[in-house]
Amino acid sequence: MARNLLQRALRISFRSGIVFSVTALPVCTVRAEDAPTSARIEHGRYLAVAGDCLACHTATGGQPFAGGLDLKTPFGIITTSNITSDKETGIGNWTFQQFENAVRHGKGPNGHLYPAMPYTAYSQISDPDIADLWEYIRTLPPVNHKVESNKLPFPYNIRSLLVFWNLLFFNDSAFVADASKSEEINRGAYLVNGLEHCGTCHTPKNVFGGDTKKTFQGASLQGWYAPDLTNNAHTGLGHWTEDDIVTYLRSGTNRYTAASGPMTEAIVNSTQHLTDADLRAIAAYFKSLPPRTVSPPQPLPASNEQVKAGQQEFVVECSACHRSNGKGISNMIPDLQNNPAINALNSDSLLNIVLKGTEGPATHANPTGAAMPSFGWKLQDAQIANVLTYVRNSWGNAAPAISAADVSKARTALNAQPAVPR
Amino acid sequence: MKRRDALKGGLVLLATSTLASIYKPAYSKTLVGGSGLWKAQPPPPLAVVDSSRLVFLTPDEAKLVGAIFDVLIPADELGMGATEAGCVTFLDHQLAGPFGSAAKDYKLGPVVEGLPQQGPQSIATPAEIYRKGLAELNRFSKKKFDKTFLDLDEAQKIEFLKNMENGTIDFETVKSRDFFTLLLQNVREGYLADPMYGGNRDMVGWKLIGFPGAVYDYRDWIVSKRGQKIDVQPVSLLRTA
Amino acid sequence: MHYKRPKADVVIVGLGWSGSTMAEELTRAGLNVVAIERGAWRETSTSFPTTRNPDELSGSIRKEILQAPVTETYTVRNKPEETALPLRKYHNLTLGNNVGGAGTHWAGASWRWQPFDHQPYSHVMKRYGPKQLVDGLILQDWGVTYDDLEPFYDRFEKIAGTSGTAGVINGVKQPGGNPFEGSRQSPYPTPALARTRANILFADAATRLGYTPFPVPSAMIGAPYTNALGINLAPCTYCGYCQLYGCGNWSKSSPNICILPVLMQRSNFTVVTESEVVRINTSSDKKTATGVTFVDSDGNTGEQPADIVIVATFTLDNTRLLLLSGISTPYDVSSGQGVVGRAFTFQTLSWAFMFFENEYLNPFMNTGALATQIDDFNGDNFDHTGLGFIGGAGIQSLCNQGLPIGMSGLVPEGSPKWGKGWKQAFQKSYQNYAQIQGQGTSFAHREQFMDLDPTYKDRFGQPLLRITYNYNENDRRSGQFIRDKCVEIAKEMGARDVTGVSLADQPYSGYTPWDSSHVQGGVVMGEDPKTSVQNRYQQNWDIPNLFVIGASSFPNNAGYNPTVAVGATTLWTAKAIKELYLKNPGPLVRL
Repeated sequence: MARNLLQRALRISFRSGIVFSVTALPVCTVRAEDAPTSARIEHGRYLAVAGDCLACHTATGGQPFAGGLDLKTPFGIITTSNITSDKETGIGNWTFQQFENAVRHGKGPNGHLYPAMPYTAYSQISDPDIADLWEYIRTLPPVNHKVESNKLPFPYNIRSLLVFWNLLFFNDSAFVADASKSEEINRGAYLVNGLEHCGTCHTPKNVFGGDTKKTFQGASLQGWYAPDLTNNAHTGLGHWTEDDIVTYLRSGTNRYTAASGPMTEAIVNSTQHLTDADLRAIAAYFKSLPPRTVSPPQPLPASNEQVKAGQQEFVVECSACHRSNGKGISNMIPDLQNNPAINALNSDSLLNIVLKGTEGPATHANPTGAAMPSFGWKLQDAQIANVLTYVRNSWGNAAPAISAADVSKARTALNAQPAVPR
Repeated sequence: MKRRDALKGGLVLLATSTLASIYKPAYSKTLVGGSGLWKAQPPPPLAVVDSSRLVFLTPDEAKLVGAIFDVLIPADELGMGATEAGCVTFLDHQLAGPFGSAAKDYKLGPVVEGLPQQGPQSIATPAEIYRKGLAELNRFSKKKFDKTFLDLDEAQKIEFLKNMENGTIDFETVKSRDFFTLLLQNVREGYLADPMYGGNRDMVGWKLIGFPGAVYDYRDWIVSKRGQKIDVQPVSLLRTA
Repeated sequence: MHYKRPKADVVIVGLGWSGSTMAEELTRAGLNVVAIERGAWRETSTSFPTTRNPDELSGSIRKEILQAPVTETYTVRNKPEETALPLRKYHNLTLGNNVGGAGTHWAGASWRWQPFDHQPYSHVMKRYGPKQLVDGLILQDWGVTYDDLEPFYDRFEKIAGTSGTAGVINGVKQPGGNPFEGSRQSPYPTPALARTRANILFADAATRLGYTPFPVPSAMIGAPYTNALGINLAPCTYCGYCQLYGCGNWSKSSPNICILPVLMQRSNFTVVTESEVVRINTSSDKKTATGVTFVDSDGNTGEQPADIVIVATFTLDNTRLLLLSGISTPYDVSSGQGVVGRAFTFQTLSWAFMFFENEYLNPFMNTGALATQIDDFNGDNFDHTGLGFIGGAGIQSLCNQGLPIGMSGLVPEGSPKWGKGWKQAFQKSYQNYAQIQGQGTSFAHREQFMDLDPTYKDRFGQPLLRITYNYNENDRRSGQFIRDKCVEIAKEMGARDVTGVSLADQPYSGYTPWDSSHVQGGVVMGEDPKTSVQNRYQQNWDIPNLFVIGASSFPNNAGYNPTVAVGATTLWTAKAIKELYLKNPGPLVRL
């Protein structure tokens, strides 16, 4: 028995070792075809984590990568495909060329893919990387799971219409390094704009849903606001150092903040597994971007009725965690002082977090997972409006007031609990 | 909402699942590490009791309890009395719930009287004790004074309750002293618990002693207000008062 | 229905402090661990949100967080010739009813026990000789010393983020700390808490009397801290909703806060919740434990086979589970033979209750373990020659109480308990009440023990555990001695109205106000199988793959709270399992 236990102990340690070693992988610059297959598969797995393929290609309660997740869009439901090696229902019969066409160019065997598949970003993936990704995807054990493709209504169900969308908004070109920037910044740009596809959330869209030129300047999406990632000090990452960015992407927290909403999942599933060098590259790239040019507004005065009432609420409801000066706790509870996310013109995320609460990130680097509870049931619209207005106009913050009507609207849109009657 | 679902091209998506749910435990209350399924269910929202109708006590019982409670905590210059503060509403709801049915008590037999240090052995519930005790109280009052308790004058009421407290009044079905202990416990609870439970109207009990209420952070005062009077308007959990 | 779960390397019964500490060690070593917990799953941010926590009625009054007597209770009597009766209502033994155990709602006093407390027998024999012991007293060493345990005390404090001021580091006395503490390798992980007005009055008075006050080490975190497992803890807010509450603020160390977030990231860890283990299964020769049988929340019976069985339930239930499973020899009071249920101890409390005249003590600003203490009369820190007892107490100004319902009865002796007079008295006494606790040692006695009750059963029809306990003569003498010291300090503090009480002067009751929840022993560790159930590694003498951990292993109680000593001995045993047992399963101590 002893030997058994010991062997098992070693085996499991070894296994966990492999899991953790993902984060220890070097930046792979080896030419794909030169490397042994096992290394290429491992590198492909790393790329799949960076691209977070698993999140969409797995249904609720389903087998990993077997597809079937319903993505509800304003245009109807798109169901993700089975990308396991099953020959009948997966992509077991595909060639590398077919795979490459789908991932980088949005062309599937039955016509154009919907841009639910972020090929618009994945087009940036390099030749060796797409080859390694394929090596890994091929190893996924077959799962026989037939997925009914899109259930979109007319006219969105006509895949050929996507030709026109692609013409307008899809720049189907490979990543081109900027020779004036360092190798590190270029590596960051490659990851951010390709596999990590940060702009999907953080870049504002035009009326047709295509990217505007306001790259990474912050965008609103379904109840959340993906904040400004430029170096603007009021609303963006101006105060963050490269270390702050690395710490945030690795642990989900840093001295200023903790991830919330959709970003929590991006960190837990993807960025925490990136190598130190890749995280540094991403940080270097973001710090190299020009700041969004916009001057901060004047804060509301402390005498403002909403600010006054909000301060009372803050002391009772918020200070236990965020402290009465809003400073929070490093790597745990967000600092509300001079906080870009608080200063954003758009208050979607703030309303979402206060009304519904948010789960904190639990990562290998910071397993705490401290969360914020929901206040939707407890506070009435006016109370929430006041406390957020107070927070948005205190300790160096400045942002427009939030009205009870704004809270009411958000409460309905988010399907948050009603305030308990009293 | 997942990041993955917010897609370039404005196809803004609302996902129906989390990655975590791909792991299914064998038994519903079994949690497996690494599965991300370890977030607990939040407790239900707090609620304010409905003071508009009685849920356990009869109207006569409520009146009688009110009269007793107002002797135990009378109205005076320090604040309103127990009934005005909602203590009867508080009690009514407590008796209708798990407290009233002694839902947490061990009730298996044999039920025998023990030494005092062995603690209460009766399996009578607070709801039963009130129902019987209030009837006993009126019966005794009629026998002794030829009046219901409600009709006694203040001094008689005080005397009556003192005798219950001393155990010198003999009730038949409950011990008068045990009943008194329960009454005193419950009226204090009603006067001092969060107002959402029906009592402590306007936080009168908290104002009496200078208790700040549902406050979760005293870091700013623990040193700066040490040994000093703190004048602060108390707060309740749902700001009902 | 009866079902069998897949075999695990280790099954742990109970996921409180000791169970989760053990699980963390063994899963990190790569073992596949299944924990089975009677209570429900609870997780800090969701289950104890700050949005609803400050509620005295559901918390310390209705005690909603505790395991209810309806689930399981104990029968109690003072003497072997009496009939034990069940504790029918919530009583002083405050058991947990959730993952995290009592470690979720505990008050948080976080003591290392002194070297004396681990070797009381050798120490007393050397300094005083056998005449110092009252008749029937049971005194024995643990088989493990403070020096053995020091690295594990250190590790546990760094998991818990304990706040405090060190008294002795590497043999060198430190200003502000406890000069009597065993030597430590490092300071407390977080700084001591702020003192209240009452703490300061106490500290000043004690200093004037020539004693040495120091802050009680506490589970309330003194500053932001990243613990040994990488989890972040937040500083305590002094909110006062502490004992009998879960902390939603990440500021009171608990298994839920300090360990479970890490455990739940490990795929070789499983917890089966809302399932009560009813038996430890053994091979027919009773030389091997084969696993445990439990009843799940649907009423189905499950079996969890395992190579190693670790029992980590509440102290009393550890004993009960061994008795129900027929493991090791039950203690027989008439012959004095047998070991399971023997060496049961409690805590000997003395108090000084006091009322000042015109103070603003602001009692609502407190924590479960916000206290200033002197150890001048604890353990064997003073000469007992001629006193007729051994042991003593930690004497502390304890500020753990400021909620109004709980304080509504705290008016000076002779004040009205109701009516206008009560309102006036309560208004004044709320700001003027203070207390000094003497938390005393407790030593076992041949007539203090546990066995199975012949009459009363639990919800599954299994016998309840019967406690036969009363204070012994040693407790009475030490209790009175300590009471007088408490009163001496209270008077020096300038209180107008001081009442001293030694709880050992009354018969033991599970309902005595102000009493402790600290019970020890029954499955004690030791050097001799005739007087202990397990060896120095908390390994059963008869069944080498069975380890029963927790305060049930302690043959005596210190003048301290037991949690950190439980944590240290758990880590000590975990190391022995990992480094000795796995390589060579079998008895780790051969006689």
